[in-house]
Amino acid sequence: MIEVFFRFEFLQNAFFTGIMIGFLAPLLGVFLVVKRMSLIADALSHVTLTGIAFSLLMSKYVTAFVLVNPLYMGIAFSVGGALLIEQLRHVYTYYKELAIPIILSGGIGLGVVFISLADGFNTDLFNYLFGSVIAVTRVDLWTILGITVIVTTFIIIFYKELFFLSFDEEQAAVAGLPRRWLHLMFIVMVALVIAASMRIVGILLVSALMSLPVAAAMQWAKSFKQMFIFAILIGEGAVVFGLISAYHLDLAPGGTIVMLAVGILILSISVRKLRDGTVVSLRSIRRPA
Amino acid sequence: MFTDNKIPVVDIKNLSFRYGNQYVLEDVSMRLAPGAFLGLVGPNGSGKSTLLKSLLGLQQPQKGEIRLFGEKVEKYKGWDRIGYVSQKANSFNAGFPATVFEVVSMGLFGKKGLFRFLNRKDKQKVREAIEWVGMTPYEKRNIGELSGGQQQRVFIARALVSDPELLILDEPTVGVDAKSVQNFYTMLEGLNKEHGLTLLLVTHDVGAMTRHVTDVACLNKFLHFHGSSKEFEANQDLSAFYGHDVHLLTHEHGGHGS
Repeated sequence: MIEVFFRFEFLQNAFFTGIMIGFLAPLLGVFLVVKRMSLIADALSHVTLTGIAFSLLMSKYVTAFVLVNPLYMGIAFSVGGALLIEQLRHVYTYYKELAIPIILSGGIGLGVVFISLADGFNTDLFNYLFGSVIAVTRVDLWTILGITVIVTTFIIIFYKELFFLSFDEEQAAVAGLPRRWLHLMFIVMVALVIAASMRIVGILLVSALMSLPVAAAMQWAKSFKQMFIFAILIGEGAVVFGLISAYHLDLAPGGTIVMLAVGILILSISVRKLRDGTVVSLRSIRRPA
Repeated sequence: MFTDNKIPVVDIKNLSFRYGNQYVLEDVSMRLAPGAFLGLVGPNGSGKSTLLKSLLGLQQPQKGEIRLFGEKVEKYKGWDRIGYVSQKANSFNAGFPATVFEVVSMGLFGKKGLFRFLNRKDKQKVREAIEWVGMTPYEKRNIGELSGGQQQRVFIARALVSDPELLILDEPTVGVDAKSVQNFYTMLEGLNKEHGLTLLLVTHDVGAMTRHVTDVACLNKFLHFHGSSKEFEANQDLSAFYGHDVHLLTHEHGGHGS
């Protein structure tokens, strides 16, 4: 079943890309979820679509643009959107989450305008929206490998700072951590990972890969480190099995991967409930209010 | 009561602070000697938070000066000598999936700087700080599973792990049940006596605190009292005033004698 993935180049591309995003998306997702920022992934993925649409539009009018991988334009827009969100979060200090719907709807609005200017939808765009096993090129693979190296290095270097900042922003600032700079860098990393994941899971489902494995891991993890281990294991499982079954059953990989992740999440919640059911009720009686 | 050959840890001289025309602190002078355990009391709105913010250099007072370890606060650089535990309610993320050990090790992050990881010695230090606050049995537990008082101990351990000489606690007993409060103060007293840590405890409720501290300061815009805890207890009026009924009297005493 799996050997077919090593026989054809396009499947190899999809497979290795899948392994990388199955690692990256939950890795950043853990920080996003504990910072209560998981919706930012949604906003940024829609901005990425704007970039893709812009690139497709440009290639209609400027011949040189045909040679430019739309992924690069997607990355550029996504990073730009990340910086804008940060700015907006400072404009609305007390309503920080307002930055998300502003960027999300602005991005999708602009994207739709670009798409209609480029005379509507085509298969290419559909592949970006819902993901595709066959659309991943070698160039995509190398770009995503580059992103993987950058993001992983960033997380390894700043793991403890990001941890502190997510746990208690005020204390982290008192301890002298460069709060704004770290936050900005982190959100740029999120933008990169979204652009990377889009090829396989599709723009509409990218954010699911950042939040579902983390939500499932939360049911099991007993420490912050374990959150990462479980989230990545679950993410990889969903991506690898999702890709293989999507290919064999001729389904869109994005949907298949996300449905697997949802399945794991439901299973995690149910098993936890069954196992802890009695313990939880006892604890809630004993604990003083 | 102060032996003046030692440089005070905190030295506040004639401090005044106003928001617009409204004075919140007027002519406050206060000293904290090395090894002291000072309880700073005052009702809500008495200027405690303003004093604390000025002390931490987060706010510029209009008049007066503050010195930390002999240096002016505006130029002070040695912040790692000072541990600060804020009111936990306003900052920490309660559902956070981190163990006690992980939370306490955060206290070393500021000092370690970028690119460095915790080595074995650091981990030993983390365990030691957890032991000092009596939380060793809970080392691997999730912070969210602990009671309010236990969480507060963990945050104190986090402040202690970087070896501060002065520990500042802002309303640490809010939301902690009465029995735990007693144990909590006993623990603080131990840190002060056994480990020589200078402590500044800010609270709106005198209650159980007086028996454990060495010095008391009563603040309500002016500094109404500043002396040893024995003198404070001997002063019937004041201790009754700032004592158990303090929250009832919150808005009623403006110019009470000094």
